[in-house]
Amino acid sequence: MALQDICRQPHTPAFPLSRKWNDPISLALDGGDTNTVLGRGGFATLPFYMPLTANTGFKKPPLRPRTPHPAPPNQIPKRAAVAVPFELAHGTTTLSFKFQGGVIAAADTRSSCAGYVECPTAEKVIPIHSHLVGTTSGTSADCMLWKRILSRECRLYQLRNKVPLTVKGTAKLLSAALSPFKGTELCVAATLCGWDRTGPSLHYVYSDGTRLEGQLFSVGSGSPYAYSVLDREYRFDMSVPEAYALARNAVYHATHRDAYSGGCVDLYHVTECGWRKIGRDNLLPVYYEKKGGGEVRGF
Amino acid sequence: MLSAATYGENGKMKEYHYSGPVEHRFSPYTFNGGTVLAVAGEDFAIVASDTRLSEGYSIHSRDSPKCYKLTDRTVIGCSGFHGDCLTLTKIIDARLKMYKHSNNKTMTSGAIAAMLSTILYSRRFFPYYVYNIIGGLDEEGRGAVYSFDPVGSYQRDTYKAGGSASAMLQPLLDNQIGFKNMENVEHLPLSQEKAVQLVKDVFISAAERDVYTGDALRICIVTKDGIKEETVPLRKD
Repeated sequence: MALQDICRQPHTPAFPLSRKWNDPISLALDGGDTNTVLGRGGFATLPFYMPLTANTGFKKPPLRPRTPHPAPPNQIPKRAAVAVPFELAHGTTTLSFKFQGGVIAAADTRSSCAGYVECPTAEKVIPIHSHLVGTTSGTSADCMLWKRILSRECRLYQLRNKVPLTVKGTAKLLSAALSPFKGTELCVAATLCGWDRTGPSLHYVYSDGTRLEGQLFSVGSGSPYAYSVLDREYRFDMSVPEAYALARNAVYHATHRDAYSGGCVDLYHVTECGWRKIGRDNLLPVYYEKKGGGEVRGF
Repeated sequence: MLSAATYGENGKMKEYHYSGPVEHRFSPYTFNGGTVLAVAGEDFAIVASDTRLSEGYSIHSRDSPKCYKLTDRTVIGCSGFHGDCLTLTKIIDARLKMYKHSNNKTMTSGAIAAMLSTILYSRRFFPYYVYNIIGGLDEEGRGAVYSFDPVGSYQRDTYKAGGSASAMLQPLLDNQIGFKNMENVEHLPLSQEKAVQLVKDVFISAAERDVYTGDALRICIVTKDGIKEETVPLRKD
Protein backbone atom coordinates (compact mmCIF):
# COMPACT_ATOMS: atom_id res chain seq x y z
CA MET A 1 0.00 0.00 0.00
CA ALA A 2 1.21 3.48 -0.72
CA LEU A 3 0.87 4.55 2.92
CA GLN A 4 2.94 1.56 3.98
CA ASP A 5 5.66 2.62 1.56
CA ILE A 6 5.78 6.17 2.90
CA CYS A 7 5.95 4.99 6.50
CA ARG A 8 8.52 2.42 5.47
CA GLN A 9 6.57 -0.41 6.98
CA PRO A 10 7.52 -3.89 5.84
CA HIS A 11 4.94 -5.46 3.62
CA THR A 12 2.87 -8.15 5.29
CA PRO A 13 4.72 -11.46 5.11
CA ALA A 14 4.17 -13.56 2.07
CA PHE A 15 1.49 -16.11 2.49
CA PRO A 16 2.15 -18.01 -0.75
CA LEU A 17 -0.65 -16.14 -2.46
CA SER A 18 -0.95 -12.95 -0.48
CA ARG A 19 -4.37 -11.91 -1.63
CA LYS A 20 -6.56 -9.37 0.00
CA TRP A 21 -9.13 -10.70 2.40
CA ASN A 22 -12.10 -9.89 0.26
CA ASP A 23 -10.70 -11.43 -2.88
CA PRO A 24 -13.00 -14.37 -3.62
CA ILE A 25 -10.11 -16.56 -4.72
CA SER A 26 -8.53 -16.35 -1.30
CA LEU A 27 -11.63 -17.80 0.26
CA ALA A 28 -11.40 -20.85 -1.92
CA LEU A 29 -8.18 -21.96 -0.29
CA ASP A 30 -8.71 -24.91 1.91
CA GLY A 31 -7.24 -25.70 5.29
CA GLY A 32 -5.64 -23.12 7.50
CA ASP A 33 -6.18 -22.92 11.20
CA THR A 34 -8.89 -21.01 12.85
CA ASN A 35 -6.81 -18.19 14.23
CA THR A 36 -5.71 -16.83 10.94
CA VAL A 37 -8.02 -15.55 8.30
CA LEU A 38 -7.38 -17.32 5.06
CA GLY A 39 -5.61 -15.32 2.44
CA ARG A 40 -5.03 -12.29 4.62
CA GLY A 41 -1.41 -11.46 3.80
CA GLY A 42 0.30 -13.75 6.25
CA PHE A 43 0.06 -15.86 9.31
CA ALA A 44 -0.21 -12.89 11.63
CA THR A 45 -3.59 -12.90 13.29
CA LEU A 46 -6.01 -10.55 11.68
CA PRO A 47 -5.33 -6.95 12.59
CA PHE A 48 -9.09 -6.68 12.78
CA TYR A 49 -9.31 -9.44 15.35
CA MET A 50 -10.21 -8.78 18.90
CA PRO A 51 -9.93 -11.74 21.26
CA LEU A 52 -13.24 -12.18 22.96
CA THR A 53 -13.25 -11.63 26.67
CA ALA A 54 -15.86 -13.99 27.99
CA ASN A 55 -18.22 -11.89 30.05
CA THR A 56 -15.55 -10.68 32.45
CA GLY A 57 -15.11 -7.02 33.04
CA PHE A 58 -17.22 -5.91 30.14
CA LYS A 59 -18.55 -2.46 30.67
CA LYS A 60 -20.92 -0.86 28.26
CA PRO A 61 -19.12 2.09 26.70
CA PRO A 62 -20.39 5.39 28.08
CA LEU A 63 -22.95 7.00 25.83
CA ARG A 64 -21.35 9.91 24.12
CA PRO A 65 -23.50 12.78 22.95
CA ARG A 66 -23.51 12.40 19.23
CA THR A 67 -24.60 14.70 16.46
CA PRO A 68 -27.93 13.41 15.21
CA HIS A 69 -27.85 11.30 12.09
CA PRO A 70 -28.24 13.49 9.01
CA ALA A 71 -31.64 13.10 7.45
CA PRO A 72 -31.59 10.44 4.76
CA PRO A 73 -31.14 11.94 1.30
CA ASN A 74 -34.53 12.38 -0.22
CA GLN A 75 -33.38 11.66 -3.71
CA ILE A 76 -33.57 7.88 -3.29
CA PRO A 77 -36.16 6.99 -5.90
CA LYS A 78 -38.88 4.65 -4.75
CA ARG A 79 -39.02 2.99 -8.13
CA ALA A 80 -36.24 2.94 -10.68
CA ALA A 81 -36.62 6.08 -12.77
CA VAL A 82 -36.30 3.94 -15.89
CA ALA A 83 -37.12 0.36 -16.60
CA VAL A 84 -33.83 -1.40 -17.00
CA PRO A 85 -33.55 -3.85 -19.85
CA PHE A 86 -31.75 -6.52 -17.87
CA GLU A 87 -32.27 -8.82 -14.93
CA LEU A 88 -30.05 -8.93 -11.90
CA ALA A 89 -28.70 -12.03 -10.26
CA HIS A 90 -31.15 -13.78 -7.93
CA GLY A 91 -32.12 -17.23 -6.77
CA THR A 92 -30.31 -19.17 -4.11
CA THR A 93 -30.35 -21.55 -1.18
CA THR A 94 -28.58 -20.49 1.98
CA LEU A 95 -28.94 -21.85 5.45
CA SER A 96 -27.43 -21.38 8.87
CA PHE A 97 -27.97 -22.84 12.29
CA LYS A 98 -26.59 -22.73 15.81
CA PHE A 99 -25.58 -25.87 17.64
CA GLN A 100 -23.41 -26.86 20.54
CA GLY A 101 -20.22 -26.53 18.49
CA GLY A 102 -20.83 -23.03 17.16
CA VAL A 103 -22.65 -21.73 14.12
CA ILE A 104 -22.74 -23.32 10.68
CA ALA A 105 -23.39 -21.35 7.50
CA ALA A 106 -23.85 -23.08 4.16
CA ALA A 107 -24.92 -21.94 0.71
CA ASP A 108 -25.04 -23.10 -2.88
CA THR A 109 -22.95 -21.32 -5.50
CA ARG A 110 -25.24 -20.68 -8.44
CA SER A 111 -25.82 -17.09 -9.45
CA SER A 112 -28.54 -16.86 -12.11
CA CYS A 113 -30.39 -14.10 -13.90
CA ALA A 114 -33.46 -14.72 -16.04
CA GLY A 115 -32.69 -18.35 -16.72
CA TYR A 116 -28.99 -17.98 -17.54
CA VAL A 117 -26.49 -19.12 -14.97
CA GLU A 118 -24.31 -16.05 -14.71
CA CYS A 119 -21.82 -17.70 -12.42
CA PRO A 120 -21.70 -21.33 -11.23
CA THR A 121 -19.08 -20.56 -8.61
CA ALA A 122 -20.35 -17.49 -6.83
CA GLU A 123 -19.52 -16.78 -3.19
CA LYS A 124 -22.69 -16.45 -1.20
CA VAL A 125 -21.18 -16.66 2.28
CA ILE A 126 -19.11 -13.56 2.84
CA PRO A 127 -16.88 -13.01 5.87
CA ILE A 128 -17.43 -9.68 7.53
CA HIS A 129 -14.80 -9.87 10.20
CA SER A 130 -12.87 -12.53 12.04
CA HIS A 131 -15.88 -13.75 14.01
CA LEU A 132 -18.75 -13.02 11.69
CA VAL A 133 -19.87 -14.35 8.36
CA GLY A 134 -22.98 -13.39 6.49
CA THR A 135 -24.95 -15.46 4.03
CA THR A 136 -26.38 -13.49 1.14
CA SER A 137 -29.59 -13.87 -0.74
CA GLY A 138 -31.45 -11.50 -3.03
CA THR A 139 -29.62 -9.35 -5.51
CA SER A 140 -25.97 -10.33 -5.40
CA ALA A 141 -24.65 -6.81 -6.06
CA ASP A 142 -26.70 -5.41 -3.18
CA CYS A 143 -25.55 -8.11 -0.81
CA MET A 144 -21.89 -7.78 -1.77
CA LEU A 145 -21.76 -4.01 -1.46
CA TRP A 146 -23.80 -3.81 1.73
CA LYS A 147 -21.62 -6.42 3.36
CA ARG A 148 -18.61 -4.27 2.52
CA ILE A 149 -20.30 -1.29 4.10
CA LEU A 150 -21.15 -3.41 7.13
CA SER A 151 -17.51 -4.52 7.55
CA ARG A 152 -16.41 -0.91 7.48
CA GLU A 153 -19.02 0.15 10.03
CA CYS A 154 -18.18 -2.75 12.36
CA ARG A 155 -14.55 -1.77 12.23
CA LEU A 156 -15.32 1.87 12.92
CA TYR A 157 -17.48 0.90 15.88
CA GLN A 158 -14.67 -1.22 17.26
CA LEU A 159 -12.19 1.61 16.90
CA ARG A 160 -14.48 4.17 18.49
CA ASN A 161 -15.78 2.06 21.33
CA LYS A 162 -12.93 -0.38 21.96
CA VAL A 163 -15.25 -3.36 22.01
CA PRO A 164 -16.51 -5.24 19.00
CA LEU A 165 -20.18 -5.06 18.11
CA THR A 166 -22.27 -8.07 19.04
CA VAL A 167 -23.98 -9.92 16.24
CA LYS A 168 -27.27 -8.52 17.44
CA GLY A 169 -25.85 -5.04 17.21
CA THR A 170 -24.48 -5.72 13.75
CA ALA A 171 -27.89 -6.93 12.63
CA LYS A 172 -29.45 -3.77 13.95
CA LEU A 173 -26.79 -1.68 12.22
CA LEU A 174 -27.44 -3.37 8.89
CA SER A 175 -31.17 -3.05 9.28
CA ALA A 176 -30.89 0.64 10.12
CA ALA A 177 -28.56 1.26 7.19
CA LEU A 178 -31.03 -0.39 4.80
CA SER A 179 -34.12 1.33 6.13
CA PRO A 180 -33.87 4.49 3.94
CA PHE A 181 -34.09 2.15 0.96
CA LYS A 182 -37.28 0.45 2.08
CA GLY A 183 -39.75 0.21 -0.76
CA THR A 184 -37.08 0.48 -3.45
CA GLU A 185 -35.95 -2.48 -5.49
CA LEU A 186 -33.03 -3.17 -3.18
CA CYS A 187 -33.20 -6.77 -2.02
CA VAL A 188 -30.92 -8.05 0.72
CA ALA A 189 -31.85 -11.12 2.77
CA ALA A 190 -28.89 -11.94 4.94
CA THR A 191 -28.25 -14.10 7.96
CA LEU A 192 -25.43 -12.95 10.20
CA CYS A 193 -23.70 -15.89 11.84
CA GLY A 194 -21.13 -15.08 14.45
CA TRP A 195 -19.62 -15.55 17.82
CA ASP A 196 -19.48 -12.63 20.20
CA ARG A 197 -19.18 -12.08 23.92
CA THR A 198 -22.60 -13.63 24.42
CA GLY A 199 -21.61 -16.82 22.61
CA PRO A 200 -22.85 -18.15 19.26
CA SER A 201 -25.37 -15.85 17.64
CA LEU A 202 -27.57 -15.97 14.56
CA HIS A 203 -29.69 -13.15 13.17
CA TYR A 204 -31.70 -12.73 10.00
CA VAL A 205 -32.00 -9.33 8.34
CA TYR A 206 -34.18 -8.49 5.35
CA SER A 207 -34.24 -5.22 3.51
CA ASP A 208 -37.94 -4.69 4.19
CA GLY A 209 -37.02 -4.20 7.84
CA THR A 210 -37.39 -7.71 9.27
CA ARG A 211 -34.82 -8.56 11.89
CA LEU A 212 -35.10 -11.89 13.69
CA GLU A 213 -33.00 -13.97 16.01
CA GLY A 214 -33.17 -17.74 15.86
CA GLN A 215 -31.54 -21.13 16.01
CA LEU A 216 -32.06 -22.08 12.39
CA PHE A 217 -32.66 -20.09 9.21
CA SER A 218 -32.83 -20.91 5.55
CA VAL A 219 -33.22 -18.17 2.97
CA GLY A 220 -33.78 -18.16 -0.75
CA SER A 221 -35.76 -19.85 -3.46
CA GLY A 222 -34.56 -23.29 -2.33
CA SER A 223 -35.27 -22.70 1.33
CA PRO A 224 -38.51 -24.75 1.58
CA TYR A 225 -36.59 -27.84 0.48
CA ALA A 226 -33.72 -27.08 2.84
CA TYR A 227 -36.10 -26.49 5.76
CA SER A 228 -37.72 -29.87 5.28
CA VAL A 229 -34.38 -31.65 5.57
CA LEU A 230 -33.16 -29.46 8.42
CA ASP A 231 -36.32 -29.74 10.49
CA ARG A 232 -36.15 -33.49 10.33
CA GLU A 233 -32.66 -33.91 11.69
CA TYR A 234 -31.65 -30.75 13.49
CA ARG A 235 -30.79 -31.05 17.18
CA PHE A 236 -28.84 -28.58 19.26
CA ASP A 237 -26.51 -31.27 20.62
CA MET A 238 -25.30 -32.60 17.26
CA SER A 239 -21.64 -33.39 16.88
CA VAL A 240 -19.56 -31.32 14.48
CA PRO A 241 -19.38 -33.93 11.66
CA GLU A 242 -23.12 -34.48 11.97
CA ALA A 243 -23.68 -30.76 11.62
CA TYR A 244 -21.50 -30.57 8.50
CA ALA A 245 -23.30 -33.54 6.97
CA LEU A 246 -26.69 -32.04 7.74
CA ALA A 247 -25.83 -28.70 6.18
CA ARG A 248 -24.47 -30.30 3.02
CA ASN A 249 -27.41 -32.67 2.80
CA ALA A 250 -29.93 -29.86 3.12
CA VAL A 251 -28.25 -27.74 0.44
CA TYR A 252 -27.94 -30.78 -1.81
CA HIS A 253 -31.65 -31.53 -1.60
CA ALA A 254 -32.55 -27.93 -2.23
CA THR A 255 -30.31 -27.72 -5.29
CA HIS A 256 -31.75 -30.97 -6.55
CA ARG A 257 -35.29 -29.60 -6.60
CA ASP A 258 -34.85 -25.86 -7.05
CA ALA A 259 -33.88 -24.79 -10.56
CA TYR A 260 -32.23 -21.60 -9.37
CA SER A 261 -29.87 -23.32 -6.93
CA GLY A 262 -26.98 -25.52 -7.91
CA GLY A 263 -23.25 -25.79 -8.36
CA CYS A 264 -21.27 -26.49 -5.23
CA VAL A 265 -21.93 -26.13 -1.52
CA ASP A 266 -19.84 -23.75 0.56
CA LEU A 267 -19.59 -24.58 4.23
CA TYR A 268 -18.39 -22.23 6.95
CA HIS A 269 -18.09 -22.93 10.67
CA VAL A 270 -17.88 -20.13 13.25
CA THR A 271 -16.47 -20.92 16.66
CA GLU A 272 -14.97 -18.98 19.50
CA CYS A 273 -11.69 -18.76 17.58
CA GLY A 274 -13.27 -17.26 14.49
CA TRP A 275 -14.67 -18.49 11.21
CA ARG A 276 -13.23 -21.25 9.12
CA LYS A 277 -14.15 -22.35 5.62
CA ILE A 278 -14.66 -26.06 5.74
CA GLY A 279 -14.78 -26.52 2.02
CA ARG A 280 -16.48 -26.13 -1.27
CA ASP A 281 -17.88 -29.43 -2.54
CA ASN A 282 -19.19 -30.07 -5.99
CA LEU A 283 -22.67 -31.53 -5.73
CA LEU A 284 -22.54 -33.61 -8.88
CA PRO A 285 -20.70 -36.56 -7.29
CA VAL A 286 -23.00 -36.31 -4.28
CA TYR A 287 -25.95 -37.03 -6.53
CA TYR A 288 -24.30 -40.22 -7.72
CA GLU A 289 -23.36 -41.14 -4.16
CA LYS A 290 -26.96 -40.84 -3.07
CA LYS A 291 -28.23 -42.71 -6.07
CA GLY A 292 -25.96 -45.56 -5.11
CA GLY A 293 -27.65 -45.64 -1.73
CA GLY A 294 -24.91 -43.82 0.15
CA GLU A 295 -25.29 -41.01 2.64
CA VAL A 296 -23.83 -37.53 2.30
CA ARG A 297 -20.62 -37.70 4.27
CA GLY A 298 -19.52 -35.22 6.88
CA PHE A 299 -15.97 -34.92 8.14
CA MET B 1 -33.57 -15.12 -25.49
CA LEU B 2 -37.05 -16.57 -25.46
CA SER B 3 -38.89 -16.08 -22.23
CA ALA B 4 -42.43 -15.57 -21.05
CA ALA B 5 -42.10 -11.89 -21.83
CA THR B 6 -41.74 -12.36 -25.59
CA TYR B 7 -45.31 -13.54 -26.01
CA GLY B 8 -48.30 -11.26 -25.59
CA GLU B 9 -51.66 -12.21 -24.20
CA ASN B 10 -53.05 -13.41 -27.50
CA GLY B 11 -50.24 -15.94 -27.91
CA LYS B 12 -48.42 -13.99 -30.60
CA MET B 13 -44.86 -12.76 -30.27
CA LYS B 14 -44.77 -9.18 -29.13
CA GLU B 15 -41.96 -8.11 -31.40
CA TYR B 16 -43.60 -9.22 -34.64
CA HIS B 17 -47.35 -9.15 -34.07
CA TYR B 18 -49.87 -6.82 -32.56
CA SER B 19 -50.66 -8.11 -29.13
CA GLY B 20 -52.51 -5.20 -27.62
CA PRO B 21 -51.91 -1.47 -27.09
CA VAL B 22 -48.51 -0.65 -25.68
CA GLU B 23 -47.39 2.63 -24.17
CA HIS B 24 -44.13 3.75 -25.69
CA ARG B 25 -41.93 5.87 -23.51
CA PHE B 26 -38.52 7.32 -24.11
CA SER B 27 -35.92 4.81 -22.96
CA PRO B 28 -32.48 6.12 -22.18
CA TYR B 29 -31.00 2.71 -22.93
CA THR B 30 -30.36 0.90 -26.15
CA PHE B 31 -28.48 -2.28 -26.89
CA ASN B 32 -25.46 -1.90 -29.13
CA GLY B 33 -24.40 -5.53 -29.23
CA GLY B 34 -20.90 -6.89 -29.09
CA THR B 35 -19.19 -9.70 -27.27
CA VAL B 36 -16.24 -9.57 -24.92
CA LEU B 37 -14.12 -12.45 -23.71
CA ALA B 38 -11.30 -12.67 -21.20
CA VAL B 39 -9.00 -15.55 -20.28
CA ALA B 40 -6.39 -15.63 -17.51
CA GLY B 41 -3.30 -17.79 -17.77
CA GLU B 42 -0.30 -18.42 -15.55
CA ASP B 43 1.54 -15.25 -16.54
CA PHE B 44 -0.69 -13.64 -19.14
CA ALA B 45 -4.22 -12.46 -19.64
CA ILE B 46 -6.16 -12.09 -22.88
CA VAL B 47 -9.05 -9.71 -23.44
CA ALA B 48 -10.78 -9.98 -26.79
CA SER B 49 -13.80 -8.31 -28.31
CA ASP B 50 -15.48 -8.05 -31.64
CA THR B 51 -15.62 -4.64 -33.30
CA ARG B 52 -19.20 -4.41 -34.52
CA LEU B 53 -21.44 -1.61 -33.23
CA SER B 54 -25.07 -2.29 -34.06
CA GLU B 55 -28.49 -1.03 -33.08
CA GLY B 56 -31.64 -2.92 -33.93
CA TYR B 57 -31.28 -4.12 -37.50
CA SER B 58 -28.50 -1.69 -38.47
CA ILE B 59 -24.77 -1.70 -38.10
CA HIS B 60 -23.38 1.68 -37.08
CA SER B 61 -19.72 0.78 -37.33
CA ARG B 62 -17.51 -2.14 -38.19
CA ASP B 63 -14.52 -0.74 -36.34
CA SER B 64 -15.57 -0.05 -32.80
CA PRO B 65 -13.54 -2.30 -30.51
CA LYS B 66 -14.74 -2.85 -27.00
CA CYS B 67 -11.42 -3.36 -25.22
CA TYR B 68 -9.97 -0.29 -23.55
CA LYS B 69 -6.47 -0.15 -22.15
CA LEU B 70 -6.47 1.18 -18.59
CA THR B 71 -2.91 0.67 -17.36
CA ASP B 72 0.13 -1.27 -18.61
CA ARG B 73 -1.19 -4.35 -16.91
CA THR B 74 -4.97 -4.03 -17.19
CA VAL B 75 -7.46 -4.00 -20.02
CA ILE B 76 -11.22 -3.66 -19.67
CA GLY B 77 -13.83 -4.97 -22.07
CA CYS B 78 -17.23 -3.26 -21.99
CA SER B 79 -20.29 -4.35 -23.96
CA GLY B 80 -23.91 -3.31 -23.79
CA PHE B 81 -24.95 0.28 -24.31
CA HIS B 82 -22.15 2.13 -26.06
CA GLY B 83 -22.96 5.51 -24.52
CA ASP B 84 -22.58 4.13 -21.03
CA CYS B 85 -19.39 2.25 -22.04
CA LEU B 86 -17.77 5.51 -23.18
CA THR B 87 -18.76 7.43 -20.08
CA LEU B 88 -17.74 4.63 -17.76
CA THR B 89 -14.29 4.32 -19.32
CA LYS B 90 -13.85 8.11 -19.07
CA ILE B 91 -14.73 7.97 -15.38
CA ILE B 92 -12.37 5.05 -14.78
CA ASP B 93 -9.53 6.87 -16.54
CA ALA B 94 -10.11 9.96 -14.44
CA ARG B 95 -10.13 7.92 -11.21
CA LEU B 96 -6.94 6.15 -12.27
CA LYS B 97 -5.23 9.49 -12.74
CA MET B 98 -6.47 10.73 -9.38
CA TYR B 99 -5.16 7.62 -7.69
CA LYS B 100 -1.81 7.99 -9.45
CA HIS B 101 -1.47 11.57 -8.28
CA SER B 102 -2.49 10.89 -4.69
CA ASN B 103 -0.68 7.62 -4.13
CA ASN B 104 2.24 7.83 -6.54
CA LYS B 105 1.61 4.41 -7.98
CA THR B 106 -0.58 2.78 -10.62
CA MET B 107 -3.67 0.96 -9.55
CA THR B 108 -3.45 -2.82 -9.50
CA SER B 109 -6.02 -4.93 -11.33
CA GLY B 110 -7.70 -5.99 -8.09
CA ALA B 111 -7.98 -2.41 -6.94
CA ILE B 112 -9.46 -1.32 -10.27
CA ALA B 113 -12.01 -4.10 -9.96
CA ALA B 114 -13.03 -3.05 -6.46
CA MET B 115 -13.25 0.57 -7.54
CA LEU B 116 -15.37 -0.26 -10.58
CA SER B 117 -17.74 -2.18 -8.32
CA THR B 118 -18.36 0.93 -6.24
CA ILE B 119 -18.67 3.16 -9.31
CA LEU B 120 -21.33 0.86 -10.76
CA TYR B 121 -23.19 0.54 -7.48
CA SER B 122 -23.29 4.30 -7.01
CA ARG B 123 -25.79 4.22 -9.87
CA ARG B 124 -27.84 1.41 -8.38
CA PHE B 125 -31.16 3.03 -9.28
CA PHE B 126 -30.25 4.18 -12.78
CA PRO B 127 -27.57 1.70 -13.72
CA TYR B 128 -24.88 1.82 -16.35
CA TYR B 129 -26.08 -0.71 -18.90
CA VAL B 130 -22.63 -2.17 -19.37
CA TYR B 131 -21.31 -5.70 -18.92
CA ASN B 132 -17.70 -5.31 -17.90
CA ILE B 133 -14.85 -7.77 -17.85
CA ILE B 134 -11.43 -6.72 -16.61
CA GLY B 135 -8.39 -8.73 -17.65
CA GLY B 136 -4.88 -8.14 -16.42
CA LEU B 137 -2.04 -9.23 -14.23
CA ASP B 138 -2.28 -9.24 -10.46
CA GLU B 139 0.47 -8.20 -8.05
CA GLU B 140 2.27 -11.51 -8.42
CA GLY B 141 2.23 -11.42 -12.20
CA ARG B 142 -0.47 -14.05 -12.54
CA GLY B 143 -3.34 -13.58 -14.96
CA ALA B 144 -6.55 -12.26 -13.42
CA VAL B 145 -10.03 -11.85 -14.88
CA TYR B 146 -12.79 -9.99 -13.01
CA SER B 147 -16.34 -10.13 -14.35
CA PHE B 148 -19.09 -7.71 -13.38
CA ASP B 149 -22.82 -7.40 -13.64
CA PRO B 150 -24.34 -4.00 -14.49
CA VAL B 151 -24.75 -2.97 -10.85
CA GLY B 152 -21.37 -3.89 -9.49
CA SER B 153 -21.43 -7.47 -8.29
CA TYR B 154 -18.06 -8.92 -9.25
CA GLN B 155 -15.86 -11.88 -8.84
CA ARG B 156 -12.54 -13.18 -9.94
CA ASP B 157 -12.61 -15.91 -12.59
CA THR B 158 -10.24 -17.77 -14.86
CA TYR B 159 -12.29 -17.08 -17.97
CA LYS B 160 -15.50 -15.26 -18.79
CA ALA B 161 -17.54 -14.30 -21.79
CA GLY B 162 -19.86 -11.29 -21.70
CA GLY B 163 -22.15 -9.50 -24.11
CA SER B 164 -24.59 -10.70 -26.71
CA ALA B 165 -22.97 -14.06 -27.51
CA SER B 166 -21.97 -14.82 -23.92
CA ALA B 167 -24.54 -17.60 -23.51
CA MET B 168 -23.05 -19.35 -26.53
CA LEU B 169 -19.41 -18.88 -25.68
CA GLN B 170 -19.40 -19.52 -21.95
CA PRO B 171 -20.33 -23.23 -22.19
CA LEU B 172 -17.61 -23.73 -24.80
CA LEU B 173 -15.04 -22.10 -22.52
CA ASP B 174 -16.27 -24.17 -19.58
CA ASN B 175 -15.52 -27.25 -21.58
CA GLN B 176 -12.22 -26.25 -23.19
CA ILE B 177 -10.57 -24.28 -20.41
CA GLY B 178 -12.42 -25.54 -17.34
CA PHE B 179 -12.49 -29.15 -18.55
CA LYS B 180 -16.06 -29.41 -17.32
CA ASN B 181 -18.03 -32.49 -18.27
CA MET B 182 -15.01 -34.21 -19.64
CA GLU B 183 -13.97 -37.50 -18.11
CA ASN B 184 -10.47 -38.97 -17.96
CA VAL B 185 -8.83 -35.89 -19.40
CA GLU B 186 -5.50 -34.48 -18.30
CA HIS B 187 -5.87 -30.94 -17.03
CA LEU B 188 -3.04 -29.18 -18.81
CA PRO B 189 -2.38 -25.53 -17.99
CA LEU B 190 -3.24 -23.20 -20.84
CA SER B 191 -0.31 -21.85 -22.84
CA GLN B 192 -0.47 -18.40 -24.39
CA GLU B 193 -0.45 -19.67 -28.00
CA LYS B 194 -3.19 -22.18 -27.31
CA ALA B 195 -5.28 -19.57 -25.53
CA VAL B 196 -5.01 -17.10 -28.42
CA GLN B 197 -5.94 -19.78 -30.93
CA LEU B 198 -8.89 -20.83 -28.77
CA VAL B 199 -10.12 -17.25 -28.54
CA LYS B 200 -9.97 -16.86 -32.32
CA ASP B 201 -11.85 -20.12 -32.88
CA VAL B 202 -14.47 -19.22 -30.33
CA PHE B 203 -15.17 -15.84 -31.89
CA ILE B 204 -15.41 -17.32 -35.35
CA SER B 205 -18.12 -19.62 -33.96
CA ALA B 206 -19.86 -16.73 -32.25
CA ALA B 207 -19.91 -14.70 -35.46
CA GLU B 208 -21.63 -17.60 -37.21
CA ARG B 209 -24.52 -17.79 -34.83
CA ASP B 210 -24.94 -14.37 -33.24
CA VAL B 211 -26.09 -11.51 -35.45
CA TYR B 212 -24.58 -8.83 -33.23
CA THR B 213 -21.08 -10.30 -33.33
CA GLY B 214 -18.77 -10.10 -36.31
CA ASP B 215 -16.69 -7.82 -38.59
CA ALA B 216 -13.36 -8.13 -36.79
CA LEU B 217 -11.83 -9.42 -33.62
CA ARG B 218 -9.50 -7.33 -31.50
CA ILE B 219 -7.30 -9.33 -29.12
CA CYS B 220 -5.24 -7.66 -26.36
CA ILE B 221 -2.63 -9.90 -24.77
CA VAL B 222 -1.37 -8.64 -21.42
CA THR B 223 2.00 -9.91 -20.22
CA LYS B 224 4.66 -8.47 -18.00
CA ASP B 225 6.26 -6.99 -21.11
CA GLY B 226 3.20 -4.90 -21.88
CA ILE B 227 0.06 -5.14 -23.96
CA LYS B 228 0.12 -6.53 -27.49
CA GLU B 229 -2.82 -6.00 -29.84
CA GLU B 230 -3.87 -8.19 -32.74
CA THR B 231 -6.76 -7.79 -35.19
CA VAL B 232 -8.33 -10.75 -36.97
CA PRO B 233 -11.12 -10.40 -39.56
CA LEU B 234 -14.48 -12.08 -38.93
CA ARG B 235 -17.62 -12.52 -40.95
CA LYS B 236 -19.04 -9.24 -42.14
CA ASP B 237 -22.60 -10.40 -42.73
